[in-house]
Amino acid sequence: MMKAHLELSGVDIEFPTPKGPFKALQNVNLKIDQGEFVSLIGHSGCGKSTVLNIVAGLYQATRGGCLLDGREVTQPGPERAVVFQNHSLLPWLSAYENVELAVKQVFKGRKSKAEMKAWIEHNLELVHMSHALHKRPDEISGGMKQRVGIARALAMQPKVLLMDEPFGALDALTRAHLQDSLMEIQARLNNTVIMITHDVDEAVLLSDRIVMMTNGPAATVGEILHVDLPRPRDRIALADDAKYNRYRQAVLSFLYEKQRKVEDFQQHREKQSTAAAESEESAPAAKRASG
Amino acid sequence: MNAIRAKLTLYWPESPLQALQQGLKRALLPLIGLLMFLFVWHVGAQNINTSLGQFPGPVQVVEQARNLIAEHQRERTKEVAFYERQEKRNANKLAADPHAEVKIRPYTGKPTFFDQIGTSLVTVLAGFVMASLIAIPLGILVGLNGDLYAAANPLIQLFKPVSPLAWLPLVTMLVSALYVSDDPLFAKSFITSLVTVSLCCLWPTLINTAVGVSGISKDLQNVSQVLRLPWLTHVVKIVLPASVPMVFTGLRLSLGIAWMVLIAAEMLAQNPGLGKFVWDEFQNGSSNSLGRIMVAVLVIGLIGFLLDRIMLLLQRTLSWDKSATLR
Ligand SMILES: Nc1ncnc2c1ncn2[C@@H]1O[C@H](COP(=O)(O)OP(=O)(O)OP(=O)(O)O)[C@@H](O)[C@H]1O
Ligand SMILES: [Mg+2]
Repeated sequence: MMKAHLELSGVDIEFPTPKGPFKALQNVNLKIDQGEFVSLIGHSGCGKSTVLNIVAGLYQATRGGCLLDGREVTQPGPERAVVFQNHSLLPWLSAYENVELAVKQVFKGRKSKAEMKAWIEHNLELVHMSHALHKRPDEISGGMKQRVGIARALAMQPKVLLMDEPFGALDALTRAHLQDSLMEIQARLNNTVIMITHDVDEAVLLSDRIVMMTNGPAATVGEILHVDLPRPRDRIALADDAKYNRYRQAVLSFLYEKQRKVEDFQQHREKQSTAAAESEESAPAAKRASG
Repeated sequence: MNAIRAKLTLYWPESPLQALQQGLKRALLPLIGLLMFLFVWHVGAQNINTSLGQFPGPVQVVEQARNLIAEHQRERTKEVAFYERQEKRNANKLAADPHAEVKIRPYTGKPTFFDQIGTSLVTVLAGFVMASLIAIPLGILVGLNGDLYAAANPLIQLFKPVSPLAWLPLVTMLVSALYVSDDPLFAKSFITSLVTVSLCCLWPTLINTAVGVSGISKDLQNVSQVLRLPWLTHVVKIVLPASVPMVFTGLRLSLGIAWMVLIAAEMLAQNPGLGKFVWDEFQNGSSNSLGRIMVAVLVIGLIGFLLDRIMLLLQRTLSWDKSATLR
């Protein structure tokens, strides 16, 4: 059996709170192959960002852990670049300088000055930002900031690209545009991507697999949906595609029927185990503690 | 500023007439305020009699200001004459005997009002720079390290409200005890004033820097962690720029305090400077004294205001955060 590129196994995490420890994740298991595009979807507060932060190394799992190419992740690092939810550009640096900071750090001693410059410009070109290289974050729009954030992450040539709701704060048009760019870039570079999203269409359009998370506390992977649509994908053609709509349907039903936001915990677990048995397209990723 | 103006024009579409009215209003109101103040001062002063004669009104103050300028000019001509005479004497000596030893003695006249202003400015800037050199690095360290913050905070809170007048005797004794040298580079009085000013004005910069540094957003820290920036790069590229606006807020408060403290310290310690000028005039007790003190009061206020404006300009040019409200 081939070793997974990225593997989360038996991950638990507890946050200390004034009212005692809060168990946000319990027994999260997930294997991701090189070049795969995986979306994490689930209700707000279920623990998606926490999963991403564990992979990034910004949080430490209380139990279990994360392996990247067989090596345990213990701290953040540029081989797991993060595109943050709110772009997180340094406001005092221009788009170019923001990317430059990352490139200088990652390719220190490996690229010459001229090569670095070309590489920075190339990455900003990828996200169609060449026209505003020297603008500061407060001089460009929200969508442009997000693109610079993506360029910064891509420029680090990461093994895994982690994106926390990268398009969450954008209008529908800009979002569609950036989704297309992202698909194009991913097809070209074959990055491994984990992306958090709230948007069902976005998840189905972009992903190879959609990981659906149960509600917290003690959230875990509920179902995993393989999206078997040919690439390149075209959003307009897919709108009428029966398969596409079935995938959409499956995610929606997980979110709004099986994981209704407010419910009794016991009831929630019963529902989940029957649902998992019934669903034909889904494959429960891991045995739940009680499941 | 521009954003606000844009908003204003949105709400009040301006016709040329209205624009004119607005402009007049903006120019007139401060003028009216000033005139009212002068009037009240003038009338009030006429009705106050002190043991040193009538309280000075605006007219007397202008007169005294003229006097002070004239005194300064007289003193300068004297000085120039003194050096000319000395030079001539030395030249004569050398002409008579090429190996003669010539001495150049400095002019030792009484410092004028403007000399005192110069002394005070030099002292306040030196004290302020020294305080900043201590407070900014310390603030960064304290802000970066939560434990250090917790340890330092009680001390900061304890020393922050201490008046310069309380420090002064201690500082004077310390300087006398520690700053001993046969050929001192600086006068003791200068060191005493400088240390007192530094001690009092370092706190706002320290506190604001620490708050700015510790308040760096989690997102930016995450960016730094993901990039694995070395500690120094992290401080230089992320921490410092992020806290620049807060540091400047602190610096401006500090400079204001430094100026206030300095005048008090000079007065109490009889150290050269504007404070000493005020005290000497008060002791002097001539009929002109109160007027001259009033000139000093106005000049002190004006200099304080200018110092603040200069800091503001510095902030505008150095800080990336142009949107920061500049008051
Ligand atoms: N540092 C922390 N300390 C304490 N509790 C935390 C911490 N981080 C997250 N949590 C808790 O863990 C749970 C999961 O949070 P997380 O941010 O991962 O949710 P999310 O799925 O990303 O939500 P959203 O979609 O709204 O971003 C929440 O209940 C949250 O309150
Ligand atoms: Mg989140």
